Amino acid sequence: MSDVLAVTDHRRGELRDVSYETITAGRQLADETDGDLHVAVISGPVDDFAQICNREGVDAVHTVKYGEEFNHDVYTQVITQLYDELAPQYVLTPNSVNGLDYAPAVANALNLPLVTDTVRLETNGDTLIATCEMYGGKVETTSELTGNAVVTIRGAEWPGADGIGDAEIKEFQAEIDEDAIRSSVTAFEEVGNGNVDITEADVLVSVGRGIEEEENLELIEDLADALDATVSSSRPIVDNGWLPKNRQVGQSGKVVTPDIYIAIGISGAVQHVAGMKGSEMIVAINTDPNAPIMDIADYAIHDDLFDVVPALTEEFQ
Amino acid sequence: MEILVTVKEVSTVEDEFGIENTTIVDQYLNADLNELDDYAVEEALQLQEAGIADEVVTVTIGPEDCEQTLRQTLAKGADRAVRVWDDALENIDLLDVGAKTAILRAIVEAEEPDLVLTGVQSGDDNWGSTGVSLAAELGLEWGAVVNHLKHDLEDGTASDRRELEGGVEELTEIELPAALTIQTGINEPRYASLRGIRQPQRKELDVHTLGDLGIDEGAVEGAVTVTDMYEPESETDATVWQVRPEETAPELGELLHEKEVAP
Repeated sequence: MSDVLAVTDHRRGELRDVSYETITAGRQLADETDGDLHVAVISGPVDDFAQICNREGVDAVHTVKYGEEFNHDVYTQVITQLYDELAPQYVLTPNSVNGLDYAPAVANALNLPLVTDTVRLETNGDTLIATCEMYGGKVETTSELTGNAVVTIRGAEWPGADGIGDAEIKEFQAEIDEDAIRSSVTAFEEVGNGNVDITEADVLVSVGRGIEEEENLELIEDLADALDATVSSSRPIVDNGWLPKNRQVGQSGKVVTPDIYIAIGISGAVQHVAGMKGSEMIVAINTDPNAPIMDIADYAIHDDLFDVVPALTEEFQ
Repeated sequence: MEILVTVKEVSTVEDEFGIENTTIVDQYLNADLNELDDYAVEEALQLQEAGIADEVVTVTIGPEDCEQTLRQTLAKGADRAVRVWDDALENIDLLDVGAKTAILRAIVEAEEPDLVLTGVQSGDDNWGSTGVSLAAELGLEWGAVVNHLKHDLEDGTASDRRELEGGVEELTEIELPAALTIQTGINEPRYASLRGIRQPQRKELDVHTLGDLGIDEGAVEGAVTVTDMYEPESETDATVWQVRPEETAPELGELLHEKEVAP
């Protein structure tokens, strides 16, 4: 019997979707060995969160009232204490920016092995089999580990838990050592807003690393002009300072759902795909037929963008 | 103030490649400095140029082959470099987070830096955990996914921004000594200058074995074993145009006309 402790993620008063996905993954592991699923909600309006997290298959929700927002020092202390109290076999957390800010510290404090960014999990109660991606999704690996572990799960790989559960909701009396809190969140800021809102565009011409040089962006702008479309991009283009942050599609940028998304020289890293997979129609132009973007493309052109894009521009002018 | 930057040589994989057991065959791999670590090195060098850091030291775990990559960091401006390798590491498929932490701990203890920087994750195995795990191991404070760091570090505090999901940044104050994991885009990593490229031959590059560092071989065995590696099956059901661009263009044009988006 393996019990699982699933940790939720929230920000500015709202639970994030990946919380429900973590609950699903936790229930799956617990089911595989007839174990119980415990859910932790830490900081913020925890009583409300506990009600929302009481989804089908949750056996208990543990609330910890301490502060409003995520703080990794608080999370690390609380989860370590919950682990001592509940003795779960697996601690499951989202592989979110916050998950990456406490899961390794929890594993270290508990002296447990850690596996991160898993996309599939399986257990027989003794050995955990985790599937992860390597080399930006070019290959997948399966790994095994025996005994207890801390595991982070990738977003959108498990469906979100729904239904209404029969969980016992109880406040956990964590003992927070305030001297050990040596970081503090002072503010949040929305970035990447401005005069262009790519989330409003019907047609996005989106450019990635394949464009190679800043001066080549002109090709993309010409095509966008010919189509009366808006230019967006993947992360490296913004990192290079070639386009402003408000053009970035992806996990840390904008989530877009245009009628047509033309991905040019974009390989389709998972963080990018998270921001555009809801597009109605996706056209991918990429020399690599195995690029992950092809998995979600409706139309694919396996060719050099420097040949294809000018030809398209000419067609539409 | 000393800044220690932990770096890793990682490989990018060619479009076509082969797998042997649980690794990609060497000939399809192109080794280079992990992209995110490059940003971490740059951030350290900028802190040095701003007069905040006195010394920038880079450290890696890897065989002699990766010394060229480590020398890149010296060519860019790091003062010294440290490499850890041991015959005992040769046969380990995967150094998991616990193993890396055990090794790097010894280096941090010897160097006593005020700030440890590293990339958020590596381009190969993508664990995204070494920096935070190392901080927790040593009782340092930490911050993950930092995309802006104020270059003054006043009052022993690092003021940084953490890049959250959905275009939101968190402003955080972190007490030093600390480990920060650095996100791409925080700066523009420099290329090594010609002078820099000649210089590193004279810069100090220390090599340590596990024994030198007093690390027990059992500590690096790791709890996680890779049992399989494969190419994920393509789930594509895309209509593929494999004709010349001049012919592709009208086809896409027609499609966009149908969707009423092309003029």
